[in-house]
Amino acid sequence: MNGELLISICVAAIASGTSILLPALGEILAERSGVLNLGVEGMMLMGALFGYIADVETGNLGLALAVAILAGALLALIHAFVTITLRANQIVSGLAISLFGGGFTAFIGKPFVGSVAPAQLERIPLPGLAGIPVLGQVLFTQDPIVYGSFVLVPLMAYFIYRTRPGLSLRAVGESPATADAMGLSVISRRYLYTLAGGALAGVGGAYLSLFYTPTWIDGMTAGRGWIAVGLVVFGVWDPWRAMAGAYLFGFVDGFQLRAQALGSGIPQFFLNMLPYIFTIVVVAIASGERVQKRLGVPTALGQPYWREERT
Amino acid sequence: MIVSLERRANLTLTRRIGIQAGSVIAGALFGGLIVWLSGYDPVKAYGEIIGGSFGSGYALGQMLAASIPLATIALGTAVAFRVRVWNIGGEGQFYMGAFGATGIELVGGPAGWPSQVLIPAMVAAGFAAGAAWAALPGALRAYLGVNEIITTLMMNYIAILWVNYLVYGPWKDPQGHNFPFSPRFPDNATLRPLGLGQLHAGIVIPIVAAIVFLLLLSRTQWGYELRILGENPSAAAYAGISIRRNVMLAMLVSGGMAGIAGMVQVSGIVHVLSGQISTNYGYTAIIVAWLGQLHPMAILVVSMLFGALVNGGFAVSQAGIPQALGVLLQGVILLFALGAGDLFSRYRLVLGQAPGKKRAPLLPDDRSALSAQP
Amino acid sequence: MAAASDEGMSPHPATGHLPGTALAMVGIDKHFGEVLANASVDFSARWGEVHALLGENGAGKSTLMSILAGLYRPDNGQLLVDGQPVVLHSPKDAIKHGIGMVYQHYRLVPSQTVTENMLLGLPGAPLRLDTRRAARDIEELSERYQLRVDPYRPVWQLSVGEQQRVEILKALHRGARILILDEPTAVLTPQEADALMRTIRHIASEGRTVIFISHKLEEVRSVADRVTVLRAGRLVGSGLDMAEMSARDLARLMVGTDLPGRIRPRPRASGAPRLTLRRLCALDDRGLQALRSVDLTIHAGEIVGVAGVAGNGQRELAQVLTGMRKPASGQVFLDDIDVTGAGARQMALAGVAHIPEDRLGEGLVGNLPLLDSALMKSYYQPPISSGPFLNLKSAVQFTRGLIARFNVAGATPRTIARLLSGGQLQRFLLAREMSMQPRAIVAVHPTRGLDVAATHTVQEWLMSCSGEGCALLLISEDLDELLQLSDRVAVLYEGSIVAAVDREEADRERIGLMMIGSYQPDQVAV
Repeated sequence: MNGELLISICVAAIASGTSILLPALGEILAERSGVLNLGVEGMMLMGALFGYIADVETGNLGLALAVAILAGALLALIHAFVTITLRANQIVSGLAISLFGGGFTAFIGKPFVGSVAPAQLERIPLPGLAGIPVLGQVLFTQDPIVYGSFVLVPLMAYFIYRTRPGLSLRAVGESPATADAMGLSVISRRYLYTLAGGALAGVGGAYLSLFYTPTWIDGMTAGRGWIAVGLVVFGVWDPWRAMAGAYLFGFVDGFQLRAQALGSGIPQFFLNMLPYIFTIVVVAIASGERVQKRLGVPTALGQPYWREERT
Repeated sequence: MIVSLERRANLTLTRRIGIQAGSVIAGALFGGLIVWLSGYDPVKAYGEIIGGSFGSGYALGQMLAASIPLATIALGTAVAFRVRVWNIGGEGQFYMGAFGATGIELVGGPAGWPSQVLIPAMVAAGFAAGAAWAALPGALRAYLGVNEIITTLMMNYIAILWVNYLVYGPWKDPQGHNFPFSPRFPDNATLRPLGLGQLHAGIVIPIVAAIVFLLLLSRTQWGYELRILGENPSAAAYAGISIRRNVMLAMLVSGGMAGIAGMVQVSGIVHVLSGQISTNYGYTAIIVAWLGQLHPMAILVVSMLFGALVNGGFAVSQAGIPQALGVLLQGVILLFALGAGDLFSRYRLVLGQAPGKKRAPLLPDDRSALSAQP
Repeated sequence: MAAASDEGMSPHPATGHLPGTALAMVGIDKHFGEVLANASVDFSARWGEVHALLGENGAGKSTLMSILAGLYRPDNGQLLVDGQPVVLHSPKDAIKHGIGMVYQHYRLVPSQTVTENMLLGLPGAPLRLDTRRAARDIEELSERYQLRVDPYRPVWQLSVGEQQRVEILKALHRGARILILDEPTAVLTPQEADALMRTIRHIASEGRTVIFISHKLEEVRSVADRVTVLRAGRLVGSGLDMAEMSARDLARLMVGTDLPGRIRPRPRASGAPRLTLRRLCALDDRGLQALRSVDLTIHAGEIVGVAGVAGNGQRELAQVLTGMRKPASGQVFLDDIDVTGAGARQMALAGVAHIPEDRLGEGLVGNLPLLDSALMKSYYQPPISSGPFLNLKSAVQFTRGLIARFNVAGATPRTIARLLSGGQLQRFLLAREMSMQPRAIVAVHPTRGLDVAATHTVQEWLMSCSGEGCALLLISEDLDELLQLSDRVAVLYEGSIVAAVDREEADRERIGLMMIGSYQPDQVAV
């Protein structure tokens, strides 16, 4: 494999990785607050479709992204209501949300299938930085969403570990009864972070339909939402580790695409399996490390909280 | 004035059924709203769905045929869910079951094995392939504590790609005009049609399975272990019930049932192996299992309703309404059943300030009775 | 705001503000589902006093105080702080009014440090976590109240006593003028408890109100100025002057009758070694050493009590002996048979009964009918099993037998377990374990959370078991119970047995010192 090919795979890896990094970051927030959101796939599809529709109708990228955020957050609101307020099973609700999101977007998006997004995100080389050999090409010849994610990861890490709202977030997910007794509202925080998670999933979806693919096909996320959930496990609810995992995934994805394009002799179906196999391996390793005990993991994950229900 | 929730002590069966039915109807109404807002005619849409599943003998047969794979997968899923093993890999296990059955068919079909031998062999192969596909995530969960939700899901994508590889490559029908299908199953490898739409003899499988599960759960030691483990893993450990063994078994049974469903589908309906033998049956079955509250008989009933929705998807698409309406409605109904249904089954809404009548403590040692909440 | 209490004047809460009245609760009703926890309860306390809230387990004390702390909302009733009516929607409101509560189950985030826990939800702090400043505050406060803690250690590494100190500091740091302590001594060593009493007096001497929830008569008498007594959710004694109350008066108020007589120690009978532990080591859930080379022999007919501060290996010891945890090294013998590493079922079959710490969450299945709980140790054996099947008829018969044997009134095999009271549940569980005809019993906190009568029954039953030749290992946090029942008391400290002393030589003081590892035993009897 020559250097140029490797660089092009890396460039693609970051783009592909970003599409799951964003939802994974959102899922970190939701799970840190104690809400397991398995509806990410559906929320990504909502973002992808509605971002795309807004783009087709207005040609305004900023507006398209805003619409994608709203669409993702709206579906997250349903999950939040069902699981936080009505205290239904989070796993089943997440599944229902993913199914509904898939069905709903396929239903609504039928007339939009097949055309190309009129206004697309474009790669903007960062002046100065893009000139750095290799690194500049890989990291700084990207699109604004990728740059945004470069900022978002450290910001989120700082938020979670170094600020008071971050402290509250961790407390709500680990020991909601404590947070409640300390005068913090568990319910409103869980709503907030579940919505934020949905919003980020929406952006991740729109990133696919406005840049990565850029078109609308139903089911176009092809399991990326689920992979994002897996990455959160791999990343032990840490933004930096999730970022590393996302780019690793992107690399595997970019590799299989290039290998197909170059005609590697391996049937494309096997190459297509790589990202999914990769996710299984990665989740297995993260669980096998037994790092999960006592590392500030959200131990109340998946459990509804209700003050007057005595345990 | 406040609204508060009170935990219900117990619930009668009729009330439970009533609540579930109510939430299904509410979900359907909400789905109709979406249809209407999207510019389609909801009355026409539901007319097509109902007509397409109940309007004629043929329609009824189609509905029942669609409910066979749903019920079969859902029964297995229910076993896993009962012990809190979240196997959502039914879709992949379904494909693998179809793959296993086709593998046997490719040998025994053209060779002219009698169907009394070939069909059971295909069922066994379907079960084995589905169970094997579930065994990996099962083992990862049981021995390494790896979250099975993610792994079973990823395995779905891999299974579908695997079947596609086969039907685009080694198993492609040479006389198939380059379509990605396996050769058509000969008569000795197909389940006998019952003369009502596509309904076929495979319908006995979910019915027999439901009865077996019912007996298994209520009358056997294993059923007892599943019950204790599902309710409280710590108590199960205390009673010396092996959690690992039961997680594995539940995974194998649920994977195997999905595998059988895959076999039934290729042998009873499609008669070829292809990458499109399922319309989300694996996912829909999860809804069926949950709406049926993991009860075998209820699952049979709910699977007919969802058979109608799957079938309705085909029906509405002929009337110019996107087929995805079927999946949309499934999601909506599950959300309503989850939100409203589960809520009203577990709690009762209390309006206004505290109830006027004062109740004496039920039992002298009331605090400990309260601490019983799971 | 500190004021001496008005001699002889008992302010009626309904009349509102009297000089010195810190808070008043009037006509409080609270029910959970079907169960009434408080029925028109009045409560009032003055500034600068230690006010005990006395009652049996389940009398509604914690509920009443959780209402004061803003955790629960009363169905009816009114709250006055400093004479002003207040409505508390959440703990936040309570904190605002200077009310702080130390719950029985501490409200701390285990993975976070002491400082982080201190900053959690603190109003008015800057957005950025300023741990250094908070740590300084903590050090100052700990100095002032003699509550030593390391501000930078994560809570899960702290002992139970230290965690309690963090809780008290947290409340004071938030400016609590009314401090509620829920059963604070239950998990402390006698020395720690004494230190706590001094701290409580100190806090009250600053003019703050301390409300002290307890069901232990002695400690209430030693620390409180006044006492309010609840029974079955109702008020039976309000703001009584402690000086005028005898222990017997209090007991009568609390229980409604005289206390049952103490269990009389029986003559020591010690047969052949029944349960023998040799150099036993085990790891805890985090993979850390929890038991370090434990040697212990329990003879037939003997009761060996295990004392120790929670978290010093008691849990692991019980789990290893009942087959629920594999030992890392060492041996376990039952009579002369090596049962090291046997699983839970093998241990049960070998004759080791287990009364677990968490009876509803572990020993029984709360949400299922009693029938299911009854079969936990016998479903795989005839006559309950027949082949792979269950014989439902004999299962029902068996369950009825258990219910009848321990007189669980009103229960049937179909009764959902969690609807029974703690005492009923424990009797049922004991009946089941007894039906195995055990040769040894491992009992963990067998009377925790039970009322006086139920405690008495359970203790009597344990005594009679050992009288029949059963070897009994009794793990308890209640030193009085241990001293009362045990032939010998072994003290666990950091996974090792510090000493196993005969009952005659065991006194609270010595055992307390052993529990915190600062007693050098001159003799180690094993």
